[in-house]
Amino acid sequence: MHMNRIKMLFEHKTKNILSVYLTAGYPDIESTVEVIERLAENGVDMIEIGIPYSDPLADGPVIQRTSQQALENGMTISVLFEQLRVIRQRVSVPLVIMSYFNPILIYGFKRFCSKCKEIGIDGLIIPDLPFDEYLTNYKDIIKGENLEFISLITPQTSEDRIRKIDTETDAFIYMVSSASTTGNRDSFTSENEEYFKRIKELKLNNPCLIGFGVSNKVTYDQASHYSNGVIVGSRFMDSLKKGMDIDQAIKNLLSVLRG
Amino acid sequence: MSNYSVTSNGYYGEFGGAFVPEILHKCIEDLKNRYLSELTKPDFQEEFHQLLRDYVGRPTPLYFAKRLSEKYGCKIYLKREDLNHTGAHKINNTLGQILLAKRMGKKRIIAETGAGQHGVATATVCALMGLECIVYMGKTDIERQLINVQKMRMLGATVVAATSGNMTLKDATNEAIRDWCCHPEDTYYIIGSVVGPHPYPDMVAKLQSVISEEIKKQLLKQEGRENPDYLIACIGGGSNAAGTIYHYLDNEDVQILLAEAAGKGIDSGESAATIHLGTIGVLHGSKTLVMQDENGQVTEPYSISAGLDYPGIGPLYAYLAYTKRAKTLAITDEQALKAAFELTRTEGIIPALESSHALAVLSQQAFKKEDVVVLTVSGRGDKDMETYIMALSQFDHANTDSL
Repeated sequence: MHMNRIKMLFEHKTKNILSVYLTAGYPDIESTVEVIERLAENGVDMIEIGIPYSDPLADGPVIQRTSQQALENGMTISVLFEQLRVIRQRVSVPLVIMSYFNPILIYGFKRFCSKCKEIGIDGLIIPDLPFDEYLTNYKDIIKGENLEFISLITPQTSEDRIRKIDTETDAFIYMVSSASTTGNRDSFTSENEEYFKRIKELKLNNPCLIGFGVSNKVTYDQASHYSNGVIVGSRFMDSLKKGMDIDQAIKNLLSVLRG
Repeated sequence: MSNYSVTSNGYYGEFGGAFVPEILHKCIEDLKNRYLSELTKPDFQEEFHQLLRDYVGRPTPLYFAKRLSEKYGCKIYLKREDLNHTGAHKINNTLGQILLAKRMGKKRIIAETGAGQHGVATATVCALMGLECIVYMGKTDIERQLINVQKMRMLGATVVAATSGNMTLKDATNEAIRDWCCHPEDTYYIIGSVVGPHPYPDMVAKLQSVISEEIKKQLLKQEGRENPDYLIACIGGGSNAAGTIYHYLDNEDVQILLAEAAGKGIDSGESAATIHLGTIGVLHGSKTLVMQDENGQVTEPYSISAGLDYPGIGPLYAYLAYTKRAKTLAITDEQALKAAFELTRTEGIIPALESSHALAVLSQQAFKKEDVVVLTVSGRGDKDMETYIMALSQFDHANTDSL
């Protein structure tokens, strides 16, 4: 059986992994594929494609804004799937879809997963689908389509629960850096670092990527130090503007993060 | 076991649950593990009921509306939640939740508000308990409900404008949830209705159930029977209705009539009639009926009443509609305004616009002479005077004769 691209990535790379989030259909409806291709060309290890939603509860101002713009541009799940129809002829990096639960529910959960498999999506992040709800009602559907479900852990997640999530995960764990929504910040506090360290010392089976707030060299270094890598979203989205050179924006992002 | 009570997982049939980001999992679990035991403790009950009596002014009267009864040819009793301290039923819930918050050691209180009634009720109990209070309110609502904003500020609360979407209740709720995500440890979120993740819908219904507890006693005294033939209440999220029907749900002889906001008409594209127009979805942590487009994007609701202007509905009501236990009528702005003027001029009671939707049900339903109808007047109309004044000339010219 074809090995999931996420697992392949972590087999040959265990440090300094960079996953970048984009809002599909932003800044223009047709931007999606171009942004994905440029990210891959610039050596980004994994790409997280965000489906815009009217009520993104876990997101801060930047992704709220890009989501609203993408919706106004006409982005929907059907449009996105059409845009991604031949994406696997263009890029080989792991692709993960991030969506709130409701749009998937309305599209049809199974239909959504089948379509993801058909396109060559590797994993799903659904921030408001709780882990227990996933286990009870959606695990079989997701696994049935060879997709990986990426669970989030936070400073509020107990060790027992983290262990359980680790057992049920077969890709990577999305470590939310702090009690926050997504967004830019200057640095992580010592309290945040304590938490990074605590998780590192759990020696989980799955790799961990830290997201929420990774937005400059300081936060990139702090997060990378304790984990297998980072997820960057708001910082990138904030820098994208209509009509700009996307390739240049990505190069700028990489130099901001890596110095 | 009631047919209509919540399961331990937080479901009414297929509706409910707790669809929250992982950061809130622990908060929700803590609350789930505490609320039932705390609410039933004798010292909690004692403090809660003492405050309901001495501070809120309960029991609220069950008033036999003689002239209104004559007009509709049945016996109409009004449950006067408008006479509560702060002017609506909202304080029953905020008082209960703040006692729980204190017992859980929380220092910081957040809330969302639409019309501002829940915001004022939250700011009030925070002042009473000396706790920090932050209220999220849509920028549009701040502009149209300025008096309530000023009341909250006078009470010492910080009012934060929600500037996303239509800048109304849905957006204020999003902002409150985001705040909670950022402060899960020290913050208690007082949700104002029977919406949100489990256990909120059940907890808020239990705290509001004092309404039907009183109706039972009062009706027995006044009519010689505990059970009316009809209960009528309005639903936005559904908290005053939940309180009104709570102790009657399993008695199928008691018919439940609910009024939701049809705005300019359910086919106008400008309404908040979630039971009529909604489809199954997840909003603010709960699987329920949601007004949304074919792509699962939540649509912006409209109602003349800021308290009913919400694109979701408590999961209990999705279930009551599904099981046909309750009948829901969609009441337009126009019908609600007419009912408000009718109550004002037949009984001398100026109702809140939300309650006016419930009052409008009286003209939509045929009653028998011996029918006993209990209708909850959820709040008073002070906050809606501007809207009423604008409608006044229209009703003076056109409709006075028929009232």
